[in-house]
Amino acid sequence: MRKEYIYKRFERFWHWSQASLIIFLSLTGFEVHDSIHVFGYNNAVMYHRVAAYLLLGLIVFAIFWHFTTGEWRQYIPTFKKLKDQLRYYSVGIFKNEPHPTNKSALHKLNPLQVLTYLSFKFVLIPLVVFTGILYMLHKHIDDNSIVVISNIPLDSIAIWHTFGAFMLITFLIVHVYMTTTGETVTSNIKAMITGYEEFEPGEEEEKESKKKPTLAS
Amino acid sequence: MDKMSIRMARNIILVFIYSLIGLAAINYFHKEEEPNIKLESLKNKYAIKDSSTVDHSQFAELQKEFNTPQEVTSACLSCHNGTHKEIMASSHWNWERVSYIEGRGIKSIGKKNVLNNFCIGAESNEQACAKCHIGFGLNGDHFDFNNKRNVDCMVCHDQSETYLKGSSMAGYPDRTVNLTDVAKSVGSPKKSNCGACHFYGGGGNNVKHGDLEEGILGCSREVDVHMAGNGMDMECTACHTTKHHNISGKLYSVSSDNTNRVECESCHTNTPHHYELLNTHTAKVSCQACHIPTYSKVNATKMSWLWSDAGKLKDGKPYFEEDSLGNHDYMSIKGSFVWEKNVKPEYVWFNGTADHYLLGDKFDASEVVVMNKLNGSHSDKESKIIPVKVHRGDQIYDKKYKMLIQPKLYAPNVGDSAYWKDFNWETAAAAGMKRIGLPFSGDYGFAKTEMYWPINHMVSPKEESLSCSECHSSTNSRLANLNDFYLPGRDSNEFLDAIGRYSIIMAVMGVIIHGLARVFSTKLKLDTAPSMATGDMKD
Repeated sequence: MRKEYIYKRFERFWHWSQASLIIFLSLTGFEVHDSIHVFGYNNAVMYHRVAAYLLLGLIVFAIFWHFTTGEWRQYIPTFKKLKDQLRYYSVGIFKNEPHPTNKSALHKLNPLQVLTYLSFKFVLIPLVVFTGILYMLHKHIDDNSIVVISNIPLDSIAIWHTFGAFMLITFLIVHVYMTTTGETVTSNIKAMITGYEEFEPGEEEEKESKKKPTLAS
Repeated sequence: MDKMSIRMARNIILVFIYSLIGLAAINYFHKEEEPNIKLESLKNKYAIKDSSTVDHSQFAELQKEFNTPQEVTSACLSCHNGTHKEIMASSHWNWERVSYIEGRGIKSIGKKNVLNNFCIGAESNEQACAKCHIGFGLNGDHFDFNNKRNVDCMVCHDQSETYLKGSSMAGYPDRTVNLTDVAKSVGSPKKSNCGACHFYGGGGNNVKHGDLEEGILGCSREVDVHMAGNGMDMECTACHTTKHHNISGKLYSVSSDNTNRVECESCHTNTPHHYELLNTHTAKVSCQACHIPTYSKVNATKMSWLWSDAGKLKDGKPYFEEDSLGNHDYMSIKGSFVWEKNVKPEYVWFNGTADHYLLGDKFDASEVVVMNKLNGSHSDKESKIIPVKVHRGDQIYDKKYKMLIQPKLYAPNVGDSAYWKDFNWETAAAAGMKRIGLPFSGDYGFAKTEMYWPINHMVSPKEESLSCSECHSSTNSRLANLNDFYLPGRDSNEFLDAIGRYSIIMAVMGVIIHGLARVFSTKLKLDTAPSMATGDMKD
């Protein structure tokens, strides 16, 4: 049995705050879209805006954290073992084969995760944040005040923002499911809560871990 | 303490801090409602009523018996010796006003010559219509608009509440009126003065406007916050400010220009709310749109008038029928009506300018004739969404010349071509069209018409103003018909929503299938590993 400190405190705080904000923003956002009725339209709009500002703040902290800690290196894309990873999820997992990649504090993400989270960080989040800001500042004000954004039609902003929301929910579903593919069904989620992840030593793994001592062990 | 419990403690503290931040946020964003200083200062301002320091009843000029209304006017003018000039410049007197209409140029239009879809038009019917003219003797096309003795000061300034214009008396007062009492009572106009005409347009209380009717007199705040007897009890002139008898505000049944209007913003500013998001609405949404959820709150108003049904007789005599509210829903002389109470307005874009059906305009009979087109659109920066009463009906038109007909409706006696006496459309149309100088082919039908009445009065208490979802809703938005812009909550891109739903369903199906495949192919490794919290991890 190997136990390793993978997720640092800020990382976990960031992850869970972002998760809850995104879920909350989805709920309130789809109420604004008139798809669901939970808080009442008035409250939904107000909460959505407040949560949006909180998320913006969190993102600023997260970016700062990634650069100051060097954690951004985790996201350098690699195609090495990408094929193995894909094969694992589509074939190996059903045969009880071991994970093709090892998780450690220095390599938290498998190559597929790197690509997924990169597109999450560089495409999906910027899409919803950018369109969200345009949406939020979209107002037509008459002579006494400043016109902030009026030339971009609201429908195109709203459509892209909604598209981003649908993609986020899709991501969320798959993401939550993928956490069950760890060592045990809950080991990944436990790791994201406590920071520590347990690994049952397979033969391969034992060799690997002897070669590369990890930070926590 | 061992590592594990330190970590636990830390987590507990984190959760605690997190909740604290959450509570602080909730507290910050849910403030007790603060008093609206702008509103309170307006209330203070209008709570103080102007009281005149002049008592007309003591004036020597008025200490005599008046036999004709013109004598009263002369008495007024003996002191107010230039005031008739102001009156004679007003549309209350002239029944027309020079204005610019886009696409038409400069026109002089007004009550005198613009048609409506109620009693249709004044020309050839002045004897009856002039009950609402501020003069004496307007009964045809030969009235002298320069004779100052014919100005009716009393109809607006009577404070005895006994002045009454006679029925079909060309604007002369009813014979029962004691002119001396009225003359001594004069003062600044009150709601009852303005209401004498503006409540009863179209031949009865609340027939035309829907938001101006006798129910406003002494009403509750729920009916009208401004004019409520138990509220501010403001007079019409508090908002319709007047200088030199030029009264601000206009009605777009006869007006066209975006000038001299009364706007809520003049007092309330365009940022009257505490909540900034509501204030951003004011650039595109009029105050009235949200703050007048329904009109005709006290008595019903006429929503439809079908002239094509007129003329049915019982035993050769005209008759009328009443609906459940006691309003005439059929009259032989006028046709059939639909009345409604507590009506939700319809909504249109409006930039303050209007076009009108003008006499002689040709139209395609397959289309609805719009009597007064309110101009505006989302892309027009001047436009706002306003509530309107739309009055729909049909009325006589010339099938050959494709124009609306001004029929002669009123005459004192049978045999003078008046429809209300003879029930003969052909002679009534011929007489009316002859009077206005337009041809009549003899071939008539009934054209569908619409008329737009901006709703500005009967502002509700703020608690009753529209909630967001009255408009921001995909199922029954009040703005369902204003489709030239994207409205959050109401609008969505069906294609995108379909893709989104599909994508979510696919994701759910995908993980279910993948998960099931794992369950059946291997035994899923459930939590067989010892829990973190228990003994053997402590080492």
